[in-house]
Amino acid sequence: MNDAVVASLHGVHKRYGAQHALAGVDLELHAGQVLALLGPNGAGKTTSIALLLGLLRADAGQVRLFGRDPQQVTARRNIGVMLQDAALPPTLKVGELLRLCASYYPAPRPLAESAVLAGIEDLLDRPYGKLSGGQQRRVQFAIAVCGRPRLLFLDEPSVGLDLPARQRLWAGIRNLASEGAAVVLTTHYLEEAGHLADRVCVLLRGRIVSDGSVDALRARVAMRSIRCVSALDADAVAAWPGVHQARREGTQLHLACKQVEAVVRRLLDADPLLSALEVQAAGLDEAFRNLTDDDAAPASELCEAA
Amino acid sequence: MNTLRSFPTSVAMPRNRVLAAYAQETRAECLRYLRSPSFMLPTLLFPAVFFLMFGVVLGGHNSADAPRFLLASYSTFGVMGPGLFGFGMSLALERDNGLLTLKRALPMPPAAYLLGKMVMAMLMAALITILLQTLALNLANVSLHVGQMLQLALVCIAGSVPFSALGLLLGTLMKGHGAPAVVNLLYLPMAFLSGLWMPLSMLPLLLRRLAPMWPSYHLNALAQAAVGFDIGNAWPHVAWLALFSVVVLAIASWRLRRHG
Repeated sequence: MNDAVVASLHGVHKRYGAQHALAGVDLELHAGQVLALLGPNGAGKTTSIALLLGLLRADAGQVRLFGRDPQQVTARRNIGVMLQDAALPPTLKVGELLRLCASYYPAPRPLAESAVLAGIEDLLDRPYGKLSGGQQRRVQFAIAVCGRPRLLFLDEPSVGLDLPARQRLWAGIRNLASEGAAVVLTTHYLEEAGHLADRVCVLLRGRIVSDGSVDALRARVAMRSIRCVSALDADAVAAWPGVHQARREGTQLHLACKQVEAVVRRLLDADPLLSALEVQAAGLDEAFRNLTDDDAAPASELCEAA
Repeated sequence: MNTLRSFPTSVAMPRNRVLAAYAQETRAECLRYLRSPSFMLPTLLFPAVFFLMFGVVLGGHNSADAPRFLLASYSTFGVMGPGLFGFGMSLALERDNGLLTLKRALPMPPAAYLLGKMVMAMLMAALITILLQTLALNLANVSLHVGQMLQLALVCIAGSVPFSALGLLLGTLMKGHGAPAVVNLLYLPMAFLSGLWMPLSMLPLLLRRLAPMWPSYHLNALAQAAVGFDIGNAWPHVAWLALFSVVVLAIASWRLRRHG
């Protein structure tokens, strides 16, 4: 049961006018697995989720949710949803909102249980509009889990949460996954993906450019970039051990390396006139940029993997 | 792909739970507006204050028929509000602020959202007619017998349907914070052109000829009939409003399905 595919995209394309939001995406979501969708803004994360939720229709390809068209309400009775910006009615009390959303499901959790899962036991009698941003996010999480979903969609779940609240949310998510629920979350934070996800998919310009474990992505992010002004030949430097990639832009030399210390030492030895040395820390943005570069080069292994 | 088939695809939703979802949605929709003074006050106060001003304070030395006429026309005016604002404006705002998106993603029974807003508009229409009838009977010396009171109430409650349909259509055409202005641009002129603020006989001929275009004209005729004025055959007005509701509702739900 744990490997069952609960939802899938097959060869999905989606355009908004001239913009290709998704350009042939294949993705399968498995029961019990926490999948993080990573990518810069506009990469297609939200579009992928919207297709799986039946909010949009694909231009081409197949979208399945529990074996059905996600626009059928019966398919969606198995899911829980937390969207990035949903202004719930401010005059309704938290308990009333939870009761309302639970009424959409065939066998919802008791209200108190959802409240405990989201840590909002003490907020049930408060009007939603009087809550802080973090409290509102917790209520939204309670709404997402109130129907005992077998697939949970979380769009940027920890935005606006402080660290303790974030950790509590992560514990709640892990708990649901261990009960066999599939979880899809979109995030900007590699840290969040690292804490939660069994699997990370990176989307770039409407394509999945990386799909694998968190460790695999980490290894890729471990790459650092070096910039300097130097007369050294880029092709020669590219052959050095530890250098993944080297290219020249005007007077500047750009390197992507793994053993950055050794490479810097060798650079300084090889070119005494070297100046404006810059080493950039590993960040998700950098990882994205590396992936983009690789994606652009047809011969690269990453492109084949994608 | 085999895994897809082996997965139990859906949990049956018992009928009583579906009904409970409708009931909860309606309850929530009514509660949220009853608790919202920025919606309740204008909706109730506008018709009541206009009626007090023109029907009671200024109308004291008019003919005895004037307050009765104004009771009917301000009832019509009042009933237009909750449909246009509660339906149209709230739909426009909720399309903008993500609530409708969330509801469409959740397994809410699709009609529950519309039914909730419909019932809310009818409830407001009932409150408005109770308020205006109380003012008319106690302060404006209007006398109605029980049958007339109930008939006016029925006209008001059922009369919120065409305006809810119109509100729904407006809600699918506009988005966000411009909505209140657009709704007012339609609401106030339509009330004026239908003879709700001053009798049609005082308007220029052209406007008088065009008045039957507006749903409020027909609803006003039915309200006038309820309080005892002779409007001739009432059924053409009922038929016109019914047809208007069906057509507008059909266009609106088509737009809603297509564009969300």
